[in-house]
Amino acid sequence: MTGLLILLVYVAIFVVAFLVVRFGTSKALQVSGFNALKTVTFGDESAVTPDRSASVVSVLTLFFLWAAFTGSSLLPSFLHAPGPFLGDTSFTYTAQDANGNTDDATVFARVHVVGEAVEEPVATGPDDGFAKNDVMTAGAWRSELIRVDRNDELGRKEGVTIVAVNGQPIEPGARVKIDDGEVGMTPKGTLNLIPAKGLQMEPIWLPSPEAVFKRFLNVASEGYQNANLWEHLGYSLYRVVLGFLFGALVGIPLGYAMGLSGWFRGWFDPIVEFMRPVPPLALIPLVIIWAGIGESGKIILLFLAALWIMTIAARAGVSGVNITKVHAAYSLGASKRQILHHVIIPNSLPEIFTGARVAMGVCWGTVVAAELVAAEVGAGMMIMVASRFQLTDIVIMGIILIGIIGYGIDILFRQAEKYLVPWKGRS
Amino acid sequence: MSGLSIQNISMRFDLPNGSSVQALKNVTLELKEGDLMSVLGPSGCGKTTLLNIVAGFLAPTEGEIVLGGKPVHGPGPERGMVFQQGALFEWMSVRDNVAFGPRMKGQREAEYAEHVDHLLDVVGLQDFKEKAIYELSGGMQQRVALARCLANDPDVILMDEPLGALDALTREKMQGLVLKLWKETGKTIILITHSVEEALLLGERLLVMAPRPGRIHKEYRLPFAEMGVGADLREVKKHELYGPTREEILSMIWDMEEEIMGRSEESA
Repeated sequence: MTGLLILLVYVAIFVVAFLVVRFGTSKALQVSGFNALKTVTFGDESAVTPDRSASVVSVLTLFFLWAAFTGSSLLPSFLHAPGPFLGDTSFTYTAQDANGNTDDATVFARVHVVGEAVEEPVATGPDDGFAKNDVMTAGAWRSELIRVDRNDELGRKEGVTIVAVNGQPIEPGARVKIDDGEVGMTPKGTLNLIPAKGLQMEPIWLPSPEAVFKRFLNVASEGYQNANLWEHLGYSLYRVVLGFLFGALVGIPLGYAMGLSGWFRGWFDPIVEFMRPVPPLALIPLVIIWAGIGESGKIILLFLAALWIMTIAARAGVSGVNITKVHAAYSLGASKRQILHHVIIPNSLPEIFTGARVAMGVCWGTVVAAELVAAEVGAGMMIMVASRFQLTDIVIMGIILIGIIGYGIDILFRQAEKYLVPWKGRS
Repeated sequence: MSGLSIQNISMRFDLPNGSSVQALKNVTLELKEGDLMSVLGPSGCGKTTLLNIVAGFLAPTEGEIVLGGKPVHGPGPERGMVFQQGALFEWMSVRDNVAFGPRMKGQREAEYAEHVDHLLDVVGLQDFKEKAIYELSGGMQQRVALARCLANDPDVILMDEPLGALDALTREKMQGLVLKLWKETGKTIILITHSVEEALLLGERLLVMAPRPGRIHKEYRLPFAEMGVGADLREVKKHELYGPTREEILSMIWDMEEEIMGRSEESA
């Protein structure tokens, strides 16, 4: 139910933001430059540029929903989704003894935040008959059993049953709505207070943004699982960089050899074509058997993840050389070595950069997965261990950081590409 | 160097399905130093194959290419080549492209700098020498290709439709440039083209080839190239011989094309 509500709010924000940006701002502000003069934009892919205001609203919306449904202090409370019931409530129950006599009593309940100290509420009001008033505490988002007859003059042993709550009849397995939640009855006849949960997520499932940020500061300064945050991330990054470097160091020359020699291509084609579709994750068990869960195992795994991608990229780079360039170089008196150095290698750089971007992405994904399986330190290990202790804030923080680093790596490669191979896609 | 001799070249390609194509049959040709020869012919007459054999990219099934008394095996810097397009190195500046040949010979910057700068002047690219190749227009790129070829000081320049991808105006300017370079450098030039007009203007000797099998059909000796050096090419086209020669060659090629069409219709 809550999920559907979140989706509805999301769609509503999407539509409203679109309408506001579309009709609220002037036309000239929306599209400028050459595209502004195009009359055909629907179907012209080149005229479709990402609307950055949509990106901003999109990111803000995600944070807004996150904050609203976790009761975050970043948002004023009127924007919060209804939270769980907190505070004092009460309900009456009707007990019936073996002879059919009934008596009412009140249960005073105090619903508190789980983990916080709480005092029992004080029972007030008249308290006669064989059923006596009760007091209880219950945690928000939890439910609490209450043996209302434990202090009564006549109890379950004497054949007393509870027949109604707040005047509404109740039987084992049924539930009755009260002001601030529900009261259920177990098969044995014990009452069960279920305070209203509201629409917010409980912190153990989804902590609020500021809780995640606080945990981030905490893990950054004090660490988690014998290593601080930067060690966890640094180790993951170090494994990726080393594995990728070895993969590139072997894969690129291998790809060149496969692109330049029929013997090499024939020899390695079956191996490369077989290994390429094997997901690196499928190699984790074998690598653990062979190399253990230490650094060398991780680096071997990442080496294998990068190797085939880089080999294929380098091979494609060589195959992609326009033959007229090679002919021209020969006609200008270049030797084979000079052609390799001055024509084939530079010409294959764009392909190699594309391969490197893919390989880095795969390596980053693989290292996290490998650390999830087994590691002593690392981003994946951090979130895996945290999840076992239901430390959702660490898990979410870890996922966000892993995403940011992966994105950062890709941007770095794109910038390097722009700087090192400016001719890409322009010949 | 004395001359380029194409001796009884035949070229047969074996196809995977067992049949074979006779691309060239018994082509014999002598070029003196400083000859400017244009080659025309309908598609499939083997003119590009012939050029690739002279350049050394293909070995003929029969016959031999002899340059300056030495038989040719494989490509070499004494036979420079200008391609239609796509042969420049995008990862080098204009100047580095032009200096590619000298650099491959191991020359230092100081040794080739003057020569390269002179060539950039000749083709009018002095102001663009530090630019990247992809920043240049198609005509400028072909001027770079010409300069790069000349920088190597080859004995023979082979041009495979070098102006084919250019627009009409740029093409005319480039034709003038080719004539100018031919006269100034005295190089032997073989130029393949699809355009009859270009063949007339840029062919002191004009070779018409016939297809199936590729062979020499007819050779002309024409005055237009000599007249065109440093002159307005449009004036040359007004020469009394120009029109009739063009018509003659055009109808010759038309006949060949029709014959091919007829043959393929018969077989179909």
